[in-house]
Amino acid sequence: MPAPATVRARGLAVRHASRRAWALTGVDLDVAPGERVLVTGASGAGKSTLFAVLAGLLDPEAAEVTGELTVDGLAPADARDRLGLLLQDPDSQLVMTRAGDDVAFGLENAGVPAAEIWPRVDAALAAVGWRYGRDRATQMLSGGEKQRLVLAGALARRPGLLLLDEPTAQLDPTGSDVVRTSVARAVADRDTTLLVVDHDAAPWLPLVDRVVEVVDGGLVAHGPTWTPASRTTGLLLPPAWIRSPDPRCGGALVAAEGAGYTHRGTTTPALAPTDLGLPAGAVTAVTGANGTGKSTLALLLAGLRGPTVGRVRAAQELAVRGERAPHRWRAGELVTRIGTVFQQPEHQFLTGRLRDELELGPLRSGSGSTAARARAEELLERLGLAPFADANPFTLSGGQQRRLSVATALATAPRVLVLDEPTFGQDAATWRELVTLLAEQRAAGCAVCVVTHDRDLVDSLADGEHPL
Amino acid sequence: MTASLALGPTPDVPLSRVNPVAQLTAIVVVTLVLLTSLDVVTPAVVVAVELCLFPAAGLTHPRSVWLRTWPLLVGATSVGLVNLWLGESGALAALGLALRVVGLALPGVFLVASTDPVRLADALTVHWRFPARFAVGALAALRLVPLLVVEFESVRLARRTRGVQAGRNPVARVRLLAGIGFTLLVGAVRRASRLATAMDARGFDSGVVRTNARGSVLRARDGWFVLAAVLVCVVAVTASVLAGTWDPVFVGG
Repeated sequence: MPAPATVRARGLAVRHASRRAWALTGVDLDVAPGERVLVTGASGAGKSTLFAVLAGLLDPEAAEVTGELTVDGLAPADARDRLGLLLQDPDSQLVMTRAGDDVAFGLENAGVPAAEIWPRVDAALAAVGWRYGRDRATQMLSGGEKQRLVLAGALARRPGLLLLDEPTAQLDPTGSDVVRTSVARAVADRDTTLLVVDHDAAPWLPLVDRVVEVVDGGLVAHGPTWTPASRTTGLLLPPAWIRSPDPRCGGALVAAEGAGYTHRGTTTPALAPTDLGLPAGAVTAVTGANGTGKSTLALLLAGLRGPTVGRVRAAQELAVRGERAPHRWRAGELVTRIGTVFQQPEHQFLTGRLRDELELGPLRSGSGSTAARARAEELLERLGLAPFADANPFTLSGGQQRRLSVATALATAPRVLVLDEPTFGQDAATWRELVTLLAEQRAAGCAVCVVTHDRDLVDSLADGEHPL
Repeated sequence: MTASLALGPTPDVPLSRVNPVAQLTAIVVVTLVLLTSLDVVTPAVVVAVELCLFPAAGLTHPRSVWLRTWPLLVGATSVGLVNLWLGESGALAALGLALRVVGLALPGVFLVASTDPVRLADALTVHWRFPARFAVGALAALRLVPLLVVEFESVRLARRTRGVQAGRNPVARVRLLAGIGFTLLVGAVRRASRLATAMDARGFDSGVVRTNARGSVLRARDGWFVLAAVLVCVVAVTASVLAGTWDPVFVGG
């Protein structure tokens, strides 16, 4: 059995080739064999860079690294056989179609004789608490189970150092629990050193020995009693909308009336018939476990799909030539009435510049180019994106991309906003920015609907909750 | 939603017990014979035998048969019709050419229906020394295909949220599809590079000689299978010669 690894960094600094500023400076770190350490820090503080350099993933052509960094006395790139990685995206880490084959993959690569592979596969699966057989199709697994399997694949190679990069960032709370439980089991006997990089520190605290935070100029070690500040601390939201006495404005701007959806070729409905109204000037939260159809309900309310039973109707004031079913509106008409923000913001970006991205919606819905430009400038300024006006949306950080996708939805001044998991993967600062932004829309009289697992979001913002 | 596309393990059918490289060898034999025969009897005999293999490939339900074979039937029919109208050799020759298309394509249909891609990759790397970089890389890529289908739908909907929609204008439709295709391509490249990182992290293609956990064994029945394919071809050609219709294509002939 190989021994757990030691990590040592002295004055480590990293600068990406295309940037003037150093992404990371003055990092001193000592991790003892078998120790479990959490590396936390705000978005953009350099956590990901630290992870990349530790994992030996930095392209030497694309980054300048100074100072000292070793894993068991070797440069990380030479110690790669000692490392086990677990990254963010569950879908791009599995190679094979069957669970057992996937765990075996890393052992085949290491040239382990076939007879030894399967006992080691079974041991690794047992170590992470795998609940299915080796033949389980990887396609059928949930995100949390996929991550569990990736972890087993890493463990089977008996790494000295397990490196985890925000492994729960794309998972719901259930999936995140699965991952953390598996990690806890996997490192229980201290056969491997564990380094977790995650901005969301609180859930990892029971599992790690100590916490270091990446800040400007180096690492700060936190004491054993440290807990992260709650992201809702000091959150001051604009007051809720004062409703006009006009009774016509009191009703829902969009309402699902017994609306359900069944995918073609299936018999189980993705969404059972649901009644839900989105009143103006209020935030409505749709909550519930995975698989209950939350995202499907969002697509129906947003006019992106037509219900297969029941109906979705917009208020008379939003009707287009008398048509009140949002899914029958043309796209250009839809965007001035209902704005939608998807879970993956990058799917919604269509241009190569932030400015063009913000002008697109207004231009598509018939605004003149002058008006569109003015609207874009205003939003860039208000959302703190002005410094990136000419940057490509894909070069933004996750938090910035999320803000941009909300901004693109706001550009056409819709009365209704539908957002699917808007706070996924946001750190405390971007979380507060986003919640404030949504509260401003509410104050302006928008009907806001958030589909979410985020308890803090529901507690601090929602005026009504609809559990599915 | 994408269950029909899930690339899970293929069901265990009689043909999947034949090693993929034996199936491929049989396909090569049949292909060589059919490509060199221009009559109607040879392909008729071959196709008749192939039709008996549908149950062995697990294709017993008319719907699954239709789903797997309609493109080939369309192709064969059009080849037959074109030769009937434009050719000078008459209906029988046209029928022969159509049967030839069916006879050439059916073995491929059987291979895909009965063979797990993982077993195919194992067999190719173990017996025919295919580079793992190619075979395993193809497997990893194949796993991402169903994701593309899901992504297509979400990219299409995402465009509608931005006010982009083709409506009934066919030109706009083509442009929209091209745009979606480009977005999917960019996404696929990004995902593939993440997958490559994850594969590297598990020591793929690191210079160590790779082992194979599942192995791939050639048994006597694999030899019998290839021999049977040769026999079918011999019978087909013999029947054709006896019927006096044999019309081989020889290089330079």
